[in-house]
Amino acid sequence: MATFIRSVSAEFAKLLTTRMWWVLALVLFGYIGLLAGGLAALFAGLQSGAIDPSAAGTGGQGAPPLGSIPPLIYSFASSVGYVFPVLLGALATTSEFRHQTLTPTFLATPRRAGVLGAKSLTLFVVGVGLGVVALLASVGIGALVMNAFGVDPLLGDGETWTLIGRTLLAMGLWAIIGVGLGALVPSQVASIVIVLAFTQFVEPLLRLASSFLDWTAQIAQFLPGAASDALVGASIFTGMNPTATAAVALDWWQGGLVLLAYAAWATAGGYFVSWKRDVT
Amino acid sequence: MPVGAVIEFSNITKTFGPVTAVNDLSFTVQPGLVTGFLGPNGAGKTTTLRILLGLVASTQGTATFGGIRYRDLPKPLETVGAALEAASFHPGRTARNHLRVYAIAAGLPSERVMAVLEKVGLAEFADRRVGGFSLGMRQRLGLAFTLLGEPGVLVLDEPINGLDPEGIKWIRGFLRDMAAEGRTVLVSSHLLSEVQQSVDEVVIIARGSLVHRGPLSSLDAHATPHIVVDSPDREALAAALRAADVPFTTGRSGLVAVADDPARIGHIAFSAGVELSALHRRKSGLEESFLALVNGADS
Ligand SMILES: Nc1ncnc2c1ncn2[C@@H]1O[C@H](COP(=O)(O)OP(=O)(O)O)[C@@H](O)[C@H]1O
Ligand SMILES: [Mg+2]
Repeated sequence: MATFIRSVSAEFAKLLTTRMWWVLALVLFGYIGLLAGGLAALFAGLQSGAIDPSAAGTGGQGAPPLGSIPPLIYSFASSVGYVFPVLLGALATTSEFRHQTLTPTFLATPRRAGVLGAKSLTLFVVGVGLGVVALLASVGIGALVMNAFGVDPLLGDGETWTLIGRTLLAMGLWAIIGVGLGALVPSQVASIVIVLAFTQFVEPLLRLASSFLDWTAQIAQFLPGAASDALVGASIFTGMNPTATAAVALDWWQGGLVLLAYAAWATAGGYFVSWKRDVT
Repeated sequence: MPVGAVIEFSNITKTFGPVTAVNDLSFTVQPGLVTGFLGPNGAGKTTTLRILLGLVASTQGTATFGGIRYRDLPKPLETVGAALEAASFHPGRTARNHLRVYAIAAGLPSERVMAVLEKVGLAEFADRRVGGFSLGMRQRLGLAFTLLGEPGVLVLDEPINGLDPEGIKWIRGFLRDMAAEGRTVLVSSHLLSEVQQSVDEVVIIARGSLVHRGPLSSLDAHATPHIVVDSPDREALAAALRAADVPFTTGRSGLVAVADDPARIGHIAFSAGVELSALHRRKSGLEESFLALVNGADS
């Protein structure tokens, strides 16, 4: 147990003594802040009549109903921001392979499973930290903008705070998925390409394509991004796709369990694929 | 005072697919001495040391410190300090932070970090990123890592590679001091000359197999004796040696005969009436015996 706690402290020290964490946190804040602020202005402006719908280029479809705007904006923290904890987790693992720091790591702590567990726990906590940063952007900036347009940001609402709590949980789980992916694909470049391609391209397309048929939608709800959105309870995907088959979404706790299963599967798989192998 | 444990390799074999990197290797390493672990590039030194440290799984055999496998040591960094050939650093981390990470993992007091940086002469570079370090500085940082837990055993893979002459002098003294304090010191090298001034014992491997072990001086016994002999009339001398069945080659400074005793060569020349201009025993160097041992394993 003492060894495990020391491993966790060492993993925190590893992460905090390189620049990657704050570079990612900064980009995350800027990206989510722009997106949440911009779309909050657009939707709230449409709702309040400050923006003319025909000029907004939404094809007259108009904005989402008033009450659904705040959760939609706030959920950008995870529905768009989740790629950041995955990247940080994947980089934390792959940099050990790339810079051959597994050698001193395993010399200091020869029990390797414990090290991987410590890394997962550490990245979970740091993923939650990135969640805080993302929420500062989506809730902080989003609420300010909505307020300015006279739309109630629902900050006193219990559901908003539930969403915030579940977003933090989702971001932590995503970071563990990154750790596992890094062990499954120890090549840093390959890992980054997979993360970006899957999260930015493959999964959104799959989710869109699958939403037209009931049976594909049934399967697609188990995609990690869909499970994450279910856990959080709101998403630009489910909120904005008018053709989406209604009611095909897991309960929040089911989404959480599916995401946890991905994290556990990736980490355990990575342990056998690379982590317990020869370090040469 | 750190206590050195006996390192014991028993019947270590390691195959990488079709390649047998280490082949049924057994030897022990005693405390209080510097043991040179020698062999040409690709002989299997690094693989053997990584097996010892639990980084590579052996196909067969075990390696232990005082009877305990590395992964079972209760306090590994306080028992064994190891620096492996490959530079294992995150280039974006400073020297101090690099060591701090592993001091935390091993539960060592944070003062050890500066203490070891001072010991290896890197104190002034503590807060520089390792990415900007020269090869010699990285070697020193690797050594600093080995000393973090004040271990009784040191395992160093090619620590002299990349050091400048001053660094080489420094590490020779360092190795001697470590052994004099009672530690077990195992140092690999592909060049005997690099370590011959510091080692007491040698273990020589070639193609994954043991070819020689013993005190450094035992290499002398393996030296092939040569007599250098020359004459104003080399043709006549060569004919005389041929007639007496003494094998020889023609060198720059005369004929080099394979024989033990200069007196015998002198007698052969005298009997044939050949005048000699040179006659002496050529001391073959340890390096030559080393190469002979290593190349002998080829055939
Ligand atoms: N990870 C590996 N995969 C395949 N072959 C390897 C691996 N590591 C080492 N080898 C092979 O094992 C042999 C011994 O290598 P090594 O232990 O590095 O020798 P040395 O350190 O004495 O130069 C070499 O033939 C090398 O190519
Ligand atoms: Mg080597």
